[in-house]
Amino acid sequence: MPILVKRLLAAFVIILLLIAINQYMSDEGLFGFGVPPYYGRVIMLAGINVILAVSLNLITGFTGQFSIGHAGFMAVGAYTSAYLTVYHAQTWEHTLAGVIGVTAAHALIFLFAILVGGITAALAGLLVGIPSLRLRGDYLAIVTLGFAEIIRIVILNIDKVGGATGFTVPGYTNFLWVGLFAVLTIVIVYNIVHSDMGRALVSIREDELAAEAMGINTTRYKVLSFVISSALAGMAGVLFGHYTQFLSTNDFQFIRSFEIIIMIVLGGMGSLTGAVLGAIVITIMPELLRRLPGDLSQYRLVVYSALLILIMLTRPQGLLGTREFGLSWLKRPQRRPEGDKPVGEKGVPIAEQTSSTSSEGRK
Amino acid sequence: MDTFVQQLINGLTIGAIYALIALGYTMVYGILRLINFAHGDIYMVGAFAGFFLATQLGFAAGPSLVGLVIVLIGAMVIAALVGMAIERFAYRPIRKYARMTTLITAIGVSLLIENSFVAKLGAAPRAFPQLLQEQSYTLFGNAAISKSQILIFAVSIFLMLLLQWIIFKTKVGTAMRAVSFNLNSAKLMGINTDMIISVTFALGSALAAAGGVLTAQYNPQIDPLMGIITGLKAFVAAVLGGIGNIPGAVLGGLLIGLAETFVVGYGQNVGVPTTFRDAVAFAILILVLLFRPSGLLGSTVQEKV
Repeated sequence: MPILVKRLLAAFVIILLLIAINQYMSDEGLFGFGVPPYYGRVIMLAGINVILAVSLNLITGFTGQFSIGHAGFMAVGAYTSAYLTVYHAQTWEHTLAGVIGVTAAHALIFLFAILVGGITAALAGLLVGIPSLRLRGDYLAIVTLGFAEIIRIVILNIDKVGGATGFTVPGYTNFLWVGLFAVLTIVIVYNIVHSDMGRALVSIREDELAAEAMGINTTRYKVLSFVISSALAGMAGVLFGHYTQFLSTNDFQFIRSFEIIIMIVLGGMGSLTGAVLGAIVITIMPELLRRLPGDLSQYRLVVYSALLILIMLTRPQGLLGTREFGLSWLKRPQRRPEGDKPVGEKGVPIAEQTSSTSSEGRK
Repeated sequence: MDTFVQQLINGLTIGAIYALIALGYTMVYGILRLINFAHGDIYMVGAFAGFFLATQLGFAAGPSLVGLVIVLIGAMVIAALVGMAIERFAYRPIRKYARMTTLITAIGVSLLIENSFVAKLGAAPRAFPQLLQEQSYTLFGNAAISKSQILIFAVSIFLMLLLQWIIFKTKVGTAMRAVSFNLNSAKLMGINTDMIISVTFALGSALAAAGGVLTAQYNPQIDPLMGIITGLKAFVAAVLGGIGNIPGAVLGGLLIGLAETFVVGYGQNVGVPTTFRDAVAFAILILVLLFRPSGLLGSTVQEKV
């Protein structure tokens, strides 16, 4: 089968599947079967978290640039799009509906809002990335955290988007949107990672100086991956805002950025499927802990953080390490050329091993 | 002029607290290259230890200097033990793994402490018993300095000098400097690095606890989440001064305290709302790091292949 047909078929199946799940999760249900709203909420948030985790994995897992500002870009996307949908969408939708019908107009407006959210978040990412990506390691981490907090406090002071009282947003998001953008994010990141750009990014992660010596424009690639990552986070923010229908800057505190990092570290840094898995586990875990018997449920957050420490102590490389979980084991094993082994055999990416030992040795 | 002096005093007071906490961040980072995110919570633990000591030992009834000294030292000892326990059970087993893993563990420990306190004690703020007869002394016209502010200056200066003495004049301090210079070589020289790391955590935690008790005297409200923002700002202070650098942490702490107070005091005049109080620390940090990537007093490390 030609590859194009294969891909179109895959896309068709995925969209069909998403429509079915969306129908299943809607109020009417699918063929009389429905999911309780509570589970629906968990599934939606898991989907949004998948976008966030996979996008952060691009800059942190694959490029090795440690960012704890993801919530800030999410906030930029959420708030700019909410500004659009609250103040302008209705009139636009009204005019458009006359031309292409109500449903299409609704969808088109939201698509536009998502794109605007993504683009503004990308711009924010560019503004933050150009100066800060010159810094390395922990310094970069703290600066991205700082930018995210500044973004949050600036938004807090804009009265037009609710300020401290919060901002009520129309609910556009359904599972079709979340699923579609989650799949899209995974496809985009997968393609980047497997392109020559991905090779450049991984080489920056492994050894920035060596990468530069090989003629890779490290700054350009770092900024590029940061911008793409921010754009995707912004889109996740749009979906989040139009799902919860209420935006408060408290949703975008640095603890949220931490949560996204926890997802990718838990799943295994530099593993796409790991990020997806981590996002799902971290979304579901606190909800599952609600079911602890009696008194213990009061301590569910305590148990949650204890579990987190325990997982890190017992599986420091994350659930999947840098491996991918997929269907490749179904295929005939292919011989890898010697030296093409996946990095981080013992659960530690090579960059970490070498950089920590060498920096200690140097000083 | 009066208000300026007043703002200066208030800023330095907050700054001294930040500096005390920042010292713990910077010492641990200097030795382990680990951002100990749980450090802000140690500050909270210190304040609560002081609270329970004061109420259980019966010092809550009225001001007493003896009580204050006992509460302060008791809280420092308890926090030091907590810090050592965290290092022993959470950080030591994963020390050899990737930096990300240790960082997530630190975040996990921080969440664990916060959530345990909230679950056990509730998130509502409590009033810290006043162990000091509050009184204000007037300086320069209208500017005043309160007794608790004097206490903060006196205790933090004393503790900083003590720390300086420990680090530069004692055997343990020499070992600490050796370990932060190069952990593996220090081990080869026969230094018990595990013990030194433990001592570092104990010292840093004790300083944070002192900060907690002193803050509670100055602003007598404590709650289980008080360490989050204060800890974060203290960390920013440590990075600002050059993380791993001890005078840098003090300088950074004082700068951030001053900047914050001046934003609240004068920001309105130039159109900066007081809500930017929490953002100014980060803004300064970003500006400084863009021009001096290793902080104000940090040494630039030449990168070699």
